[in-house]
Amino acid sequence: MIYFNNVSKIYNGNSIALEDITFTVTTGEFVSIVGHSGAGKTTLVKMILADDTPTSGTVFFESLNVNGLKSGDLTKLRRRIGVVFQDFKLLSNKTAYENIAFAMEAVGKTNAEIASDVPHVLELVDLGDKMLHFPNQMSGGEQQRLSIARAIINQPEVIIADEPTGNLDPVNTYEIVQILKKINDLGTTVILTTHNRGIIDSIGKRVITMEKGKIIRDDKDGKYII
Amino acid sequence: MTKFRRILRAGFLNFKRSGLISWASVLVVTITLSVITMIILLQAVLHFSLNQIKEKVDVTIYFTVGASEDKIMALKASLQKLPEVASVTYTSDEEALKLFRDRHSSDYPTIQALDEIGSNPLGGYLNVKAKEVSQYENIANFLKSDNALVLGSSSIIDKVNYNQNKLVIDRLNAVIAGAQKFGFLLTFVLIIISIIITFNTIRLTIFISKEEIGVMRLVGASKMRVRGPFMIEGAIYGVIATIITLILFWPATAWLGHNMTGFLGLNIYDYFISNFFQIFIIILLSGVFLGMISSFLAVRRYLDK
Repeated sequence: MIYFNNVSKIYNGNSIALEDITFTVTTGEFVSIVGHSGAGKTTLVKMILADDTPTSGTVFFESLNVNGLKSGDLTKLRRRIGVVFQDFKLLSNKTAYENIAFAMEAVGKTNAEIASDVPHVLELVDLGDKMLHFPNQMSGGEQQRLSIARAIINQPEVIIADEPTGNLDPVNTYEIVQILKKINDLGTTVILTTHNRGIIDSIGKRVITMEKGKIIRDDKDGKYII
Repeated sequence: MTKFRRILRAGFLNFKRSGLISWASVLVVTITLSVITMIILLQAVLHFSLNQIKEKVDVTIYFTVGASEDKIMALKASLQKLPEVASVTYTSDEEALKLFRDRHSSDYPTIQALDEIGSNPLGGYLNVKAKEVSQYENIANFLKSDNALVLGSSSIIDKVNYNQNKLVIDRLNAVIAGAQKFGFLLTFVLIIISIIITFNTIRLTIFISKEEIGVMRLVGASKMRVRGPFMIEGAIYGVIATIITLILFWPATAWLGHNMTGFLGLNIYDYFISNFFQIFIIILLSGVFLGMISSFLAVRRYLDK
């Protein structure tokens, strides 16, 4: 489903963020990408979203070379991917309801669909009573659950969660991981980046370990080993 | 249609929720529109004053005593045919005498001298007004040219006062051209400065939303879906700023009309009221265009991805 072919990213001519990365993610997989801060996890995620371009190599989403896409096609690609960020990246001047509705409007859903699906997904992430709250009126855990709700609302083929628990306490971390596992059980591919050993060890699925921009391990039923 | 409605709604909501930032932008657009309104009014005053000056300039062709009226009328007709000529008025020798007597009615020696001559010593004259001050020279040249001579008018023309007035006319011409150039340059510079200030203010308000623009794109929003609400916000700045500007100029022009009409020569309030609709349209279109184009350009920077 996602294929990295000898991808390297060098900033300013000498700062190597990714070096010769090659790996494949198949449909329905739960892949954790682990490594210390600065190992290149976020850069790798940006490559999938075409939020950054590789210095060399190619990234494929199914048969699409993501860096060769025109603006319109890139928009369509991003609608197939749900993204959850460490800093939530919610729209601060929109309510919880509007944040989800915006993602649905972006893919052209009707007003009726929005009115029926948004409350449902907010209930799913236990935010039914926070529908009209703005992000700054919610806790970190609530904001991250809202961010997940936004990522899954359009039933994307892949969910990319970039350090989703980085700003959360253990209880909220546990909840977020449970939600991601449930999403994966329902058939959606999940790519999770983290440096939290406890999370990785509790998931027990494929783990790609990165260090200094390189993949140093790729274990099927991995543990956090650095 | 649904898409447009959503963009419109998002634009209004953003405006409402941005609070002070929105009003700061409205204030800057209001200043820009006030500058434009002021320029419109200043141009009106300048135009009016220049026209007043132009009105005072003319050229008079004096005819010899006893010149045939047919020939004078023929010359008048040919002058009227000139594209540069705005009007030609004929004053006959009798009328000239009457005017002379009226003008010197309290000057007894002159009147007595005139009575002693017995006959009318004055010839008739044609008063020629050109459409533009710069065209008097052409008219004077025409009088010297063959066209006029063919009519036999050279024999009846006593003098043309163009040459005496030439220096004044040339100077006025230079002053008018200079004032128009200066007015245009001032307008141009002020408008450019206002546009730059407005653009930068709107750019700053959008800079605050830079991160959100990126997020909108990452959740799959099209460029238009991201840009649209910002452009609507820009248009709202323009509409509100137009209303505020026109409300502010109402009492301002009324005061100017009441107190400064003598000095300016033109009642600014009357001008403002009688041209209100045109001024409203110019200001509204400028404000909306400025707001929308500034937003469009400012968002474009962050839409690359």
